[in-house]
Parts: sequence; structure tokens; C-alpha cells
Amino acid sequence: MKLDRRKFLNMLLGFGGIGGILSVFYPVFSFLIPPKTTEPKVNSVKAGMSAEFPPNSSKIIKFGRKPVILIKTEDNQYKALSASCTHLDCIVQYKNDTKQIWCACHNGIYDLSGRNISGPPPRPLEEYEVKIIKDEIVITKVG
Amino acid sequence: MLCSLTVSFLFGFAYSEKENKKADQNQKVDQCFTCHKEIDNLPKDFSENDIHRHANLSCSSCHGGDPNSDDQDVAMSPSKGFVGVPKRKDIPKFCGKCHSNINIMRVFQPRIATDQVEQYYTSVHGKKLLAGDENVAECSSCHTAHSILPAKDPRSSVYALNVPNTCNKCHGNSVLMKNYNIPVNQLEEYSKSVHGIALLKNKDISAPACNDCHGNHGATPPGLKSISHVCGTCHVSNMEYFNATRMAKAFEEQDFHGCEQCHGNHGVQKPNDEMIGVGKDSKCIDCHTEGDKGFAVSKKIYSSLTQLKNGYNAANAKYLEVRQKGMNDVEIGFQLQDAKQALIQSRTLIHTFDTTKVVAKTKEGIEFSNKASLLAQKEIDDYSTRRNGFAIATLAFLVFVIALYFKIKDKEKKTS
Amino acid sequence: MMKKIGSKLIDWIDERYDLTPVRNLLLHKKVPEHRHSVWYYMGGVTLFLFLVQLFTGILLLLYYRPGEDSAYESVRFIVTEVKFGWLIRNVHSWSANLLVLFAFIHMFSVFFSKAYEKPRELTWITGFIILVFTLAFGFSGYLLPWNELAFFATKVGTDIVGVVPVIGEPLKTFLRGGEEVTGATLSRFFGIHVAILPAIFTIFLTMHLLFIQRQGMHEPEHFKNLPEEKKKYISFFPDFALKDLLLWVVVFNILIFLALYSPWELGNKADAFASAPSGIRPEWYFMFMFQSLKLLPAHILFLEGELLGVLFFGVAGFIWMLIPYIKMKHRPNWKIQPLTLIGIIIVAFIVIMTVLGYIL
Repeated sequence: MKLDRRKFLNMLLGFGGIGGILSVFYPVFSFLIPPKTTEPKVNSVKAGMSAEFPPNSSKIIKFGRKPVILIKTEDNQYKALSASCTHLDCIVQYKNDTKQIWCACHNGIYDLSGRNISGPPPRPLEEYEVKIIKDEIVITKVG
Repeated sequence: MLCSLTVSFLFGFAYSEKENKKADQNQKVDQCFTCHKEIDNLPKDFSENDIHRHANLSCSSCHGGDPNSDDQDVAMSPSKGFVGVPKRKDIPKFCGKCHSNINIMRVFQPRIATDQVEQYYTSVHGKKLLAGDENVAECSSCHTAHSILPAKDPRSSVYALNVPNTCNKCHGNSVLMKNYNIPVNQLEEYSKSVHGIALLKNKDISAPACNDCHGNHGATPPGLKSISHVCGTCHVSNMEYFNATRMAKAFEEQDFHGCEQCHGNHGVQKPNDEMIGVGKDSKCIDCHTEGDKGFAVSKKIYSSLTQLKNGYNAANAKYLEVRQKGMNDVEIGFQLQDAKQALIQSRTLIHTFDTTKVVAKTKEGIEFSNKASLLAQKEIDDYSTRRNGFAIATLAFLVFVIALYFKIKDKEKKTS
Repeated sequence: MMKKIGSKLIDWIDERYDLTPVRNLLLHKKVPEHRHSVWYYMGGVTLFLFLVQLFTGILLLLYYRPGEDSAYESVRFIVTEVKFGWLIRNVHSWSANLLVLFAFIHMFSVFFSKAYEKPRELTWITGFIILVFTLAFGFSGYLLPWNELAFFATKVGTDIVGVVPVIGEPLKTFLRGGEEVTGATLSRFFGIHVAILPAIFTIFLTMHLLFIQRQGMHEPEHFKNLPEEKKKYISFFPDFALKDLLLWVVVFNILIFLALYSPWELGNKADAFASAPSGIRPEWYFMFMFQSLKLLPAHILFLEGELLGVLFFGVAGFIWMLIPYIKMKHRPNWKIQPLTLIGIIIVAFIVIMTVLGYIL
């Protein structure tokens, strides 16, 4: 009887101990694995393969906390600009007919280098650098 | 007596000194300036920085005469083209001698405009001047006579930030304005307006000053027809939406003032949602009454707008809480931005007075803010309920502790 | 099987390094058992919490980036993106607070049981130095997330240093790495927190532990006076160690409970140009000093009140450290001995001032 009690206690001790150790090591090892977004502050973002991106079109890329509009012009040039309108922070869009950047909120218009050319925007859009690395589009912050 | 003696002495002194200098200097010296400076007789508003002086023009370029002669009688003789101080009514033409002639002006600036005088005579100022009113503004009233600076120069009287005060020099003068029967509180109103605060307080030079709505050389109060175009130069969407409505026509028929009817003019404030709807601050109920269609539309637009606004505010509050707690807020931020954008757009869409359009937009916005709210709530909940893992860990620890406890007890029993 | 390998390993080491001293220590070290023996565990808990700090601190170092533009962002990154980052950070902050708490409890239990007396003077002194460094750890670590509250608390805290005559100003500039609290202060505090303090701390901690092992546990007066056969002991190993372990596990569980249910907020990023937010408070363990300084009048005689306060705490701390060398006359008629009375007054003062700090 006594032996059984000892065995039982030892078993409990083993289970509890292993469980306790696991519940310490699991979080610790999870912590050690680098998270998907490896940088606390985003300095560059991959924006897909250039071949899959049709000319004369655009898409909005999440650059950390900031939206960036990536435009591929008809002659396959890339442009990346901050997508927050300098007027009231609406997200701008690319008009593929007029080849301009347009903000739907108050009809603000920018040219493809981000200069504010019409409507209420007070400042040009901030520009980002676009590099093609092995066919992949990479947007980086200037400076 | 004493005074004239001093003057003649000074003249004599200056004269003899000039004589000496002349020998070793070329004739390039502008004698007008040299002499007038020496006798301290330069124009009151004279500035060394004046654009004309920087362009190496002499006083004589405007006033005529011979700048090469140091003899007052020769230099300022009408036979040398001396015109002296122009009469007020002649000033536009006086400046126009050069400024209306592209052949002269392009030397200094190839694409400079030369229609200022022409425009001026279409303005109220210009018309009145022609009619013999000597109190109205001419070129020098705004540009000054002898410290003229380009409009881009922050020191200039016509630099965007300085324009309101420049206009106010006359338009704020109640004595002067009495004859014309126009108010003098425009600057006061303007400085409190959304435009005035942007320009004068926040120094945002892209905000409109007086001339951006009234024109500068051709300054005229915008006519009824043009009001919405004037505002529409910047507020394009609002103009487009409004002009396409039946309201625009009705406004015209009733001689209403377009945008100004609801938003005012010089004192235009940042619009708020109370301007629509049927509350006491509503502009709609100025004309519409309970029972008519406009009343219902206004009510509907207001309710859908406030619904979105409240949704957005609630989501935003949660977003801030999430940030404060240090939870993941990136995606919530993006959703909120979309919601905010929909809010801005639906506010602009009010000017269509079309409930379906506004409601469609607000619905879109509400969806975004709901999504943001949901995500934020999840983060907030997560913050306080990472419980499951803890429960498992605690169970393990508990088993261990209990087992250990009995083990120790057993041991103690054995030893004693 | 495991036991066999274990004993073989020990034999192997024993053969080469002679483990007799260790074995003797483990087998012969005894811990007295009496109604106050619960206080023997406080030091152990403090040690355990220090180990937790060491471990979680090293983990945080993997992701933390000092610097004005990156510190706050990296802490946000740790608590949002890194898996269990919130847990590690919160355990680190909570453990820091508990560590200070248990260090204080440990210190006062030692004081009231007079365990600092000959021959344990040096144990007390090293212990006091460890406490000072623990507080320095807390102060320097508080700034590292670079949030508003920490920024202003550090500003106020270093300002207080500045009132000390002659050396105050240079010391303040030295701590801040410049005239003001800036990114330079952050780098400095980071260096102090992760390199300088741990190095010094480890030295004193090792000394502290060695002294204890060499001299064994202190026996209080009432226990010492017992007849030999009535003295009860338990062996340090394994009995006391097992109880220690049990307590550590419980404390650890409380720790993660606190980290989970009462986590530390991150707050807003520090902005040197923002106006100070309301309710800036130092960490609770500095509260009694902060509050006393606040309650002092602006001028006492010809001296500034704050200066006097700072000097007082400095001198009082120094005297407290030298307590083992202070002899007070034993008064048989007194129910409470003078030194004990002083201790009670000090504890009461700390508790009252801390409470006042939070309710005023």
C-alpha cells in the first residue's frame, strides 16, 4: 500500500514536472522563433513579382503602417508614392486613362512624380524607391 | 530761413564733392539715386531690395529724366522726359509702360504675364479710377511704389501670407469704405474662417487668401453665377456634384448664392454634420419644411452620416485603447483609414442630395468601421484572455506542487 | 538507468576534482526549524526572481533595440508581433517589482531577527549593496520602453539627483548623457541596465551567497537558548531545497498570473516636446522617498527642503548599511529594544509614505 502511494506521488511529480517544464519552454522557444515581419520598423517591402503586374495599373501596398501606391506605367516604369493624400489622408488611386494619381475625396490630382497639380492637396506625395531584384519588386524608403 | 540755408549748403557741398568724384569715375553712376540719397530725399517707402533696383533700373526708368547728369536742372528737365510723380489716375498706365509690353518684360522674365493693366481696368478698382474716383486702389496701393518685391518673396506686400493685411489697409478702413457702402469686417471674419486659420495661423500658403477668390488685378466680387466655380477651383467634387443636382437650378432661379448660401463667404467654417438634417443648426430647413421631399432627404442623409460617424468614433476609441495596451493595431489602422475615407467621401456626397449615393457610401464606411471595431475588440479580449495556456500551465504546476508537498510530508514522517 | 548515469557522472567528476567540500556542505548544512523559519525562504525567493529577471532579460535583448527611433517600436514589436513576447515582457516587469518587494521583506526579516550581527556583518553589507543595485536596475529599466510615463519619471528622478550640492549637477549630466533626457540617456541607461549593473551585481551576489554557505543559517536568540536536544533542524539538502523549490514554483505561477491578468501597458511613445501627462509617478518602491520630498517645505532653516531630504535619505541609507556596527545599550525593562523600535518606525514610515503617495 505504502509503495503504491510512493509510486503514485512519483508519477504525479513526473507529470507535473514535465508539464511545468514544457509550459516554460514552449513560450520561450516560440519567443525565439523570429516572427514573420522581422523588423519592428519597416524599411523595405516586397510587392510581388514584376511579371505578374500588368502595365498601366496600380496597387496599394502596406508599407508597415503606411499605405503606398505602386504604379507600373505603360512603358513598364515603376513608381511608388505614399498613398495618403496630403490633404486629408484619403487613399489615392491611379487613373489609367488620364495617367494621373487621383484622390476621390476632394478630387485632388497628382502627377506621376507625386506633385500636387490640382485640387486641395497642399503638398506632393512622398516618394519611395522601387528596385527590381530578381524579378521581384522591392519598395524601399528614400533616405 | 535757416532751413533753406542748410539745404543750399548741403546742395553746394554735394555739388562740389560730385565734381571731384566725376573725374575718376565713369558716367555709369545713377545720379538720381546718388543725389537724392545725399540730400536725404529718397521716397518714404524706398527699399534697397526693390525688384526694379535689383534689375539695375534707375529712378529715371520710371520717372524719366537724365540719370547721367548731376545738374538738377538738366537731369529733371521735362525735355529729358522727366515726368516726376505720376498722378494717381495715371499710375496704371505709368507702370503699364513697361509691364504691358512683352518686348520689354521678356528680357527680365521670358514667360511673365503682361495683362495686368488690361485686367485692372476690368476690376471695380480700375473702373472707378477711370471714372475719376481717386480713392480706389491702383498698382502701388498693393505693390507699394518703391519697395516692390515679387509675390513669392515673404517680405512682399503681396506674398500670400501678407495679402489679407494688404487688402485690409483700405478695406478695413471704415471712413474710406463708407462711400462704397461695403462692410469693413472681412479680415476679421476671414481670420476666423477655415481658410483664414489655415493661412494666417498655420501658415499654409496653399490656403486661399483674398485674391484666390476675388482675383487680383481684375479684383471683383464673384458674381452669382461664378460663386460655385470660384469655390470649385479647389473643391472640385463638391462643385461637380452640386451643379448636377436639381437644387443647383432651383438656387439659380431663386437667386441663391450657390455654396455661399449654406457655407457663408469670408467667415466660412469647417463644415459639420449638424448643417444637414433637421436640427436647429441645419441649413436645409431654411427652405424645406416637414412633409416635403427635401426635408425627408436631409433627415435620411443626416442619420446615415451620424451612424457612420458614431461607428467610426467608437472604432477609433477602441483602436486607441489597443495602441495604449500595446497590442497589434496595424490592421485595425488600415480598416479605420478606409472607414475615415468613406466618411469624408460621404460628406462630400451630401452635395448630390441623393440619399442612395450617400447611404451606399456610408454603408461601405460602416462595414469598415465594424470590421475595425471587431478586430480591436478581439485584441482587447485577447489582452485579458490569454487564459487557456495559463490554465494548462497552472494545472501542471499545481500537480507538481501537490505531489511535492506530499513527498515532503512523507519524508518528514519517515525521519521522525 | 538515469540514476546510474547520474552517479557515474558524479563519480567521474569526483575522481578529478574531489567533491568532498560540496558533499559535506550538502550533507551537513542544517536549517533550524522554529516558528520564524518561514523568513528563511525570503532570500531564496528573491534569488529565484533575480534568475527569472536574468533569463527573461536575455530573451528580451534578442528583439529590443535601444535608440530614440527604435526603442518604443521594438518593445511594441515584442508585445505585438513576437510570439509570447507580451508574456516575456510582462514577466520581466512583474518579476522586477516582486524582486524589489521580496528584497525588502528579506532585508527587514533579517533586521528584526538580528541576523546581521557578528559574524554576519559582511553578509548584511553586501546584501544592502545588492538592494541598492536592484533599485538602480529598476530605475534604469523603467526608461527602456521609451514611453511617455517612463520619460517623465526619468526626468523627475534625475532632477532629484541634481539637487545634491557640488556633485549633483555633474552627476545628473553624467546620468543623462547630456543636459536633458534624450536618446543619449536611453543608450546610457541601456548600457547601465544590461552590462554595468549585471556585472557588479553578480560580484556582490556571489559574495553574499558564499558568505551564507560558509557560515550557515543564522539562529535567532530564542532558538539558540533552547537546550540542545530540543533544537530541531532539517537538512538543507534535500528537505529545505525541496520546500524552496515548492515555493518557487508557486511564486512563478503567481508571476505568470500577474503577467496575464494585470499586464503593463505600453502607453504612448515619449515625446520630449509634449507637455507632461498628469499622474507621473515613480515606481512604487521609490514612492516613499518621492512623497517625503514632496511633503517637505521648500525651505528648512537656510537649506532647501528637497536638498535636505535627499541628504537625509543618503545618510540614513549609509547608516542602515552600517547597522551591524551600531551598538545600542540593552534595556532589560523595555519590552521592545531600541533598535527594534527604530526598525518598526522605519517600516511604518515607508508604508505610510507609500500609501500617502498613492492617495494624495
